[in-house]
Amino acid sequence: MDIALSAEDLAFRDEVRNFLDTEFDAEMQSHLKSRGSKGMVEWQQKLYAKGWVAPNWPVEHGGTGWTATQKYIWESERSLRGIPDVVPFGLVMVANVIMAFGTDEQKEYFLPRILKSEDWWCQGYSEPGSGSDLASLKTKAERDGDDYIINGAKIWTTYAQHADWIFCLVRTDNSGKKQEGITFILVDMKSEGIKVNPIIGIDNEHNLNEVEFNNVRVPAKNVVGEVGKGWTVAKALLAHERTGIAGVADIKRNMRLIKEAAASEVNGGQRLMDDPGFQQRMADIEVELMALEFTELRTLATMAAGGFPGPESSLLKIKGTELQQATQELRMEIAAYYQGVLPTDMDPEVLGHEFGSDARRAFMYGRAATIYGGSNEVQKNIISKYVLGLE
Amino acid sequence: MNFDYTEEQQMVRDSIARFVQDDYDWDTRRAIVDSDEGMSRQNWQTFAELGWLSIPFSEADGGFGGNIVDMSVVMEEMGKGLVVEPFFPTVVLFGGVVARAGDEAQRAEILESVIGGETLGAFAYVERQSRFAINDCKTTATANGDGYTLNGEKVVVFNGENADKLVVLARTSGGQFDEDGLSLFLVDANAEGVSKVCYPMMDAQRVANITFDNVQLGAGALLGTEGSALPVVNEVVSEALIALASEAIGIMGTLNAKTLEYTKTREQFGVAIGSFQALQHRMVDTMMAYEQAKSLLFKALCEYKIDPASAEATIHALKVLIDRNGKLIYGEAIQMHGGMGITDELDIGHYAKRLMMINATLGDGTFHRSKFIESTYAAA
Repeated sequence: MDIALSAEDLAFRDEVRNFLDTEFDAEMQSHLKSRGSKGMVEWQQKLYAKGWVAPNWPVEHGGTGWTATQKYIWESERSLRGIPDVVPFGLVMVANVIMAFGTDEQKEYFLPRILKSEDWWCQGYSEPGSGSDLASLKTKAERDGDDYIINGAKIWTTYAQHADWIFCLVRTDNSGKKQEGITFILVDMKSEGIKVNPIIGIDNEHNLNEVEFNNVRVPAKNVVGEVGKGWTVAKALLAHERTGIAGVADIKRNMRLIKEAAASEVNGGQRLMDDPGFQQRMADIEVELMALEFTELRTLATMAAGGFPGPESSLLKIKGTELQQATQELRMEIAAYYQGVLPTDMDPEVLGHEFGSDARRAFMYGRAATIYGGSNEVQKNIISKYVLGLE
Repeated sequence: MNFDYTEEQQMVRDSIARFVQDDYDWDTRRAIVDSDEGMSRQNWQTFAELGWLSIPFSEADGGFGGNIVDMSVVMEEMGKGLVVEPFFPTVVLFGGVVARAGDEAQRAEILESVIGGETLGAFAYVERQSRFAINDCKTTATANGDGYTLNGEKVVVFNGENADKLVVLARTSGGQFDEDGLSLFLVDANAEGVSKVCYPMMDAQRVANITFDNVQLGAGALLGTEGSALPVVNEVVSEALIALASEAIGIMGTLNAKTLEYTKTREQFGVAIGSFQALQHRMVDTMMAYEQAKSLLFKALCEYKIDPASAEATIHALKVLIDRNGKLIYGEAIQMHGGMGITDELDIGHYAKRLMMINATLGDGTFHRSKFIESTYAAA
């Protein structure tokens, strides 16, 4: 039972701080704001140059080989500065699948490109009508010589408008149980027959899309894992996804933003920060957050010791997203009337307020967190079956 | 970074678990609770022989020299077994005060007999009006030349019925609420002028309201510096809060396990009730509540090990979460056991009542939320 940082850890923290303070400079920050996905690629390439873009990859593929403590330090320092995490679809999701199930050829081709952010990836799981019942998916892939012909549609595809590749679950066989006959396949977004239709979100932004497949021809060598075993591949990926999903460091940053805002907002002459009712709301969130941080650390420590994350990890997605939303909600409340401001680029001097529009966007975008990656209700089904053993 | 227990801690854990399994089954415990003293002297001797009573005390004082994690392990296992013997009042509170405030002679006299199982102790700090404010103290100790005269009343003194020796918090100067002017005194439970009214609590503790009527104390009865007791008491309270949280974790885990097991076997409408999604999701909630509380306990333990003062906010937070999540867990345990859950016969209600008393001890969730706010947001 020990969290004291060793001399090596402290030196590592200095190195991280130094790197982030130097590289995440004003220019980088403004690129991230103004250049969208290109700004993100620019940042990820800086991380790649330093060798730090993939903390969770094995060293032989270009990972960092960091200990659990080092990963924790990295996460804390990153989020403290408001630096967004890397886009997960390539570096976290498909990379893990390729490493675990891919052929040598797939590894050699895709992994270095992912590491260098040369390809932008998106995820093709959900379908119109399939919701959390992922296995009900209908997008069909039919064998034709050395290729598959894909027909159907994927939905809620984040950043599909920027993507070079999409990893998809498709149905290659309809004869058995619905979980059988699903195949994991990689599709080039430039393929003929792919159409991306934007979906404007509740946050008034374009992040989500519907992706249509009309007779899209994909080489059979793009199948990852065995044909018909895509469900197994997807489940392994979900387990990976859940452990990284608590986002404690980012919630801590939200909490800091809340405190800053509550210290500057005044109601009838009293700072919101000094309002006992508001203090209690903050404390209730913060107590859970302190606990969640250690739930995440427990998971990290178990995984670092080579173990499979225990029951404590299964709650990370549920609690993490709940707290994320709780902090977003509180920040909205602090903004009062200004929580409704629609323009994102108005001059605060003219508007009379700093963060209302940001708070609104974060809150609205954040509604997705309890829905994606398996809704929290589905997570509870999974926990009750696999952790509690209830049938 | 690691959250593992040492081999030694694992051995202590196993030895208490074995005791509970072999010698503390539910009928045995019930007989002990119903006995005259409400505790087993024989068990207490076993605790001494197995070294459990020595765990927090330094090697110089004849103890095991254990740290906060060792203490936590003991309390968690006691919680699982719902052990009623007065480990918390005697070792954690009474022993904790003497170990911190006592001089060498006092420590030698008292701690050796606590460790040996000969002395049962109690810490008398609650008054009728004080609730959780330890500084709210009307009991007085007046210097009288070669010693002190003690007057006042302490209430709900844990282990007050069986304690041989008491540590009493009394005011040697200042007004009722002053933080300065409080002192600690060692008092024989059967000294002249000490009288008590004993009563049982819902968690089977035997407590007492103790009155001090012109009790004459020698100068050697003073523990620590006159007038400066509060910082020492606060140190003991911090450690005691972690100990109580550990006990609560043991209870919460046990309640969850028993409830889960019950829902897998109890059939209604032809199926196990654990097959109902309405119950499944709530059991996921109680599992998460337990894991979250455990995580926060780990944080408190790690911080306390580095520097007790650095753990202050976390300890307040821990008591808040134990309170909040404990209520969820015992509430659901009772509800899911249905009619059986509200019987005296079933152990569920007894675990629930101990958890409720833990919540009410040394500050409940509401109290500690205010303290957390004070320590965290005051400067912001």
